[in-house]
Amino acid sequence: MSTPDNAKPRKARSPHAKPVDTDQTHAEVAHHDAHHDTAGHGTVKSYVIGFILSVILTAIPFGLTMAHMMPAATLIPVVVAIGVVQILVHLYFFLHMNTSSSQTWNNSAFIFTVLIVGILVIGSLWVMYHLNTNMMPGMMPVE
Amino acid sequence: MSKTINPVAGYENQIDSAYDHNPNDAHHAGDHHDEGPKVTLGFWIYLMSDCILFASIFATYAVLKGNTAGGPNGREIFDLPYVAVETALLLISSLTYGLAMISMEANKLKAVIGWLAVTALCGLGFMGMEIHEFIKLIEEGAGPDRSAFLSAFFTLVGTHGLHVTSGLIWMGVMFVHLFKRGLTPANRIRLMSLSLFWHFLDIIWIGVFTIVYLMGAA
Repeated sequence: MSTPDNAKPRKARSPHAKPVDTDQTHAEVAHHDAHHDTAGHGTVKSYVIGFILSVILTAIPFGLTMAHMMPAATLIPVVVAIGVVQILVHLYFFLHMNTSSSQTWNNSAFIFTVLIVGILVIGSLWVMYHLNTNMMPGMMPVE
Repeated sequence: MSKTINPVAGYENQIDSAYDHNPNDAHHAGDHHDEGPKVTLGFWIYLMSDCILFASIFATYAVLKGNTAGGPNGREIFDLPYVAVETALLLISSLTYGLAMISMEANKLKAVIGWLAVTALCGLGFMGMEIHEFIKLIEEGAGPDRSAFLSAFFTLVGTHGLHVTSGLIWMGVMFVHLFKRGLTPANRIRLMSLSLFWHFLDIIWIGVFTIVYLMGAA
């Protein structure tokens, strides 16, 4: 999420830009803006760091699962935890989410979505698990 | 175009932004600076709604995972090395799209088109592999009609695949925009939105390979 990140510097700069009328100055301002964008969109370095981290975070769970070294009860929480970390890495390095004030709207929409996704997924599993255990034909008391 | 307090006039400004302007047209440069973040926020909210779509399908899959109706389960049909290659293609495509965005900021049109082409090739490779996997499963009698587990599997992985396909079509359209007009402000906003979409699909894929393939084979 880098463009909203740029919103602040742009807006902050416009009062300086507006009073000047020559084309040259406008072009200069535009160039300066374009230059500033680079910071918001990340750099080659930040993309490569994000890429290397996600390769590592992909290789570990695949390796652990293919090696069959641990029982499923241990493996599944580990794999899920690494998956969550990898999602955070992607959000930070590729989608450029951060806690800057210019991102308030993106972040609040994101937090709301995480809440809804949590209710949806955990709620569905919870309800269906109880339905399965309480209402299976085999579990019914036989008269 | 001066900013006014009239909401209708503000709306006209937004409509105006839909047209491509030459970035060297200095008189317009100031007016577009507010459009990008607005469009991006709107697109972000679309992505969040898409998250909820995927959450519903993930929940359905998680509930139906064990209902194999005597058919094959995940451990019998998933080919992890094959999925690892698919994952690698998507990861590489995320990196190359990032490099396309950096080239865009540096105003290098040819580099943008080049990196975008590499991204599209990775995406095509991914889709080719996924379609091949689906065809193989259906031929083995493990199609979506075999069990609730397989219906949920095909729905979840297929929906992600449809999104990737839409992204590829969008990339095709993007090439036409770039060849015709170059890096105009409108095209930059389009590239930015497509970037969010593409990275978002990679995040969904992390969920797919973790919950479907790895947990299925564990």
